[in-house]
Amino acid sequence: MTEHKDHLKVALLQVADDHLILGHRLSEWCGHAPMLEEDLSMPNMALDLIGQARHLYTYAAELEGLQRSEDDLAYLRTDREYTNCLLVERGNIDFAHTMLKQLYFAAYMKPFWQFVEGCSDNTLSAIAGKAVKEISYHIRHAGEWVIRLGDGTDESAERMHLAVETLHPYTEELFWIDEHRKICIDAGLLPAADVVRPQWDATISAVFEQAKLAIPEVTYPLLGGREGKHTEAFGYLLAELQYMQRAYPGAQW
Amino acid sequence: MYSQGLIGANTETQETPEFLAAFQARIDAEEKIEPNDPMPAAYRKTLIRMISQHAHSEIVGMLPEGNWITRAPTLRRKVALLAKVQDEGGHGLYLYSAAETLGVSREQLTQELLTGKAKYSSIFNYPTPTWADIGAIGWLVDGAAIMNQVPLCRCSYGPYARAMIRVCKEESFHQRQGYELMTSLAEGTEEQKAMAQDALNRWWWPSLMMFGPSDSDSQHSDQSMAWKIKRFTNDELRQKFVDATVPQAELIGLSMPDEKLTWNESKNNGQGGYDFGEIDWDEFWQVVKGHGMMNKDRINAKRKAWDDGAWVRQAALAHAEKQNQRKAAA
Ligand SMILES: [Fe+2]
Ligand SMILES: [Fe+2]
Ligand SMILES: [Fe+2]
Repeated sequence: MTEHKDHLKVALLQVADDHLILGHRLSEWCGHAPMLEEDLSMPNMALDLIGQARHLYTYAAELEGLQRSEDDLAYLRTDREYTNCLLVERGNIDFAHTMLKQLYFAAYMKPFWQFVEGCSDNTLSAIAGKAVKEISYHIRHAGEWVIRLGDGTDESAERMHLAVETLHPYTEELFWIDEHRKICIDAGLLPAADVVRPQWDATISAVFEQAKLAIPEVTYPLLGGREGKHTEAFGYLLAELQYMQRAYPGAQW
Repeated sequence: MYSQGLIGANTETQETPEFLAAFQARIDAEEKIEPNDPMPAAYRKTLIRMISQHAHSEIVGMLPEGNWITRAPTLRRKVALLAKVQDEGGHGLYLYSAAETLGVSREQLTQELLTGKAKYSSIFNYPTPTWADIGAIGWLVDGAAIMNQVPLCRCSYGPYARAMIRVCKEESFHQRQGYELMTSLAEGTEEQKAMAQDALNRWWWPSLMMFGPSDSDSQHSDQSMAWKIKRFTNDELRQKFVDATVPQAELIGLSMPDEKLTWNESKNNGQGGYDFGEIDWDEFWQVVKGHGMMNKDRINAKRKAWDDGAWVRQAALAHAEKQNQRKAAA
């Protein structure tokens, strides 16, 4: 069981980092959205994501047993120690990219949480129970926008098409399984790829069909985040995120 | 059957002395005026101006605080700030709807904001260079907003009064949260305490200006009081705010940047109150007229968001149109 703890901690940090970083990107929109309704929806989704990240960091810290807090984990690691997938750290670029990124991620997380909700770990199951409701809304909201933009004007269709070309190569990393995650899967705590992948495919196909978008063949998937190898933009994201904690070490806020 | 003062298709009213007297009688009897009720054109105009300025303030107010979301020092603070900024957006949406009951569209009001024709609270033209500004805004700016808005819960225009009841609950939560943030800074390291005092120094006077010009110089006050749109004068509300806020600062060991601030036993009919220094009205008018540090940045940020988002709004319309055609064809 001690062993599971260490591996589960590593696996949960990956998921926590995904949520924090995607929430960070979404929150960059606050006050700058295309319409007031989206100025409310995007922070709302960011709140869900960062809320999930907090639960996951807190639990990961508990499993670790080194008296670290959620903030120690969220703010005080080096770039190589963050293990979010590259998809979530990509810049917002435009509203089409932002909504597609959200859809790709939410379509993965829904079956993930559905599985975890039924697992034998009570803490995890409770986190999943709340998350699964929130993530369903994210799929609906982002999915509706992908459809509107894909099947809207010529310009929006072109932008949507570009977003798919740019972001689809990053989706493979969602299904990345390392030794730590493998052990958690074998222990029945986290879902295997064949549990999640078919549902992800089904969600994306259904949305893309209505959005008149084609799913591209990806020959060269873009990977690295799970091993702490990040894009250049990530350093700037961390510079913002960590600024206060780095400038005033040890202060309480 | 077409009674005098009834709103015609063009929302014009025939304002005979009898109509105006009857309207005033309803106000005096504390009756609520509702969207379809006859009302003097000037009453309508005053409310549209007030409600839309309030809505714009909520929207522009998202920017100075939004400036710190990605840099909030802890996850707890980040989540609270995100939620607060989102609340302000919600207030904006809610207030635009209240304004729409008076016959102006949100689209129209947005254009007035973006072209600089409409005003919003000048306080948001000050910058938020440090994290302590987030505490200062919650404590002082939301605090001053509450002083202004609590009496508006009894405003004679029904939809505005009802909107204010809901908004005030959230604003007072923001105020407590901001004060709590300032408290933790004031109890923190020397650097944190200095940051808190510096923020207070910068926000104190502008927040006193939020109540508007002195009663002797205010162009809108008298008629608004008679119509029970406003219940207290600018100076009365400002005094209430000073009296409520100074002890809060003292409690956490911060001081107001005002050498003339003194307790005066005889003020407020013998209940006591604070005398305070002279407000720099030149600065107030300078910022109101567009020459504050952030006026142009604020409007440019809103314009950029609007322009960059045009293709999204067009796509949404085009898609809805396609859907309708498909339904009709089916
Ligand atoms: Fe507000
Ligand atoms: Fe307000
Ligand atoms: Fe507020």
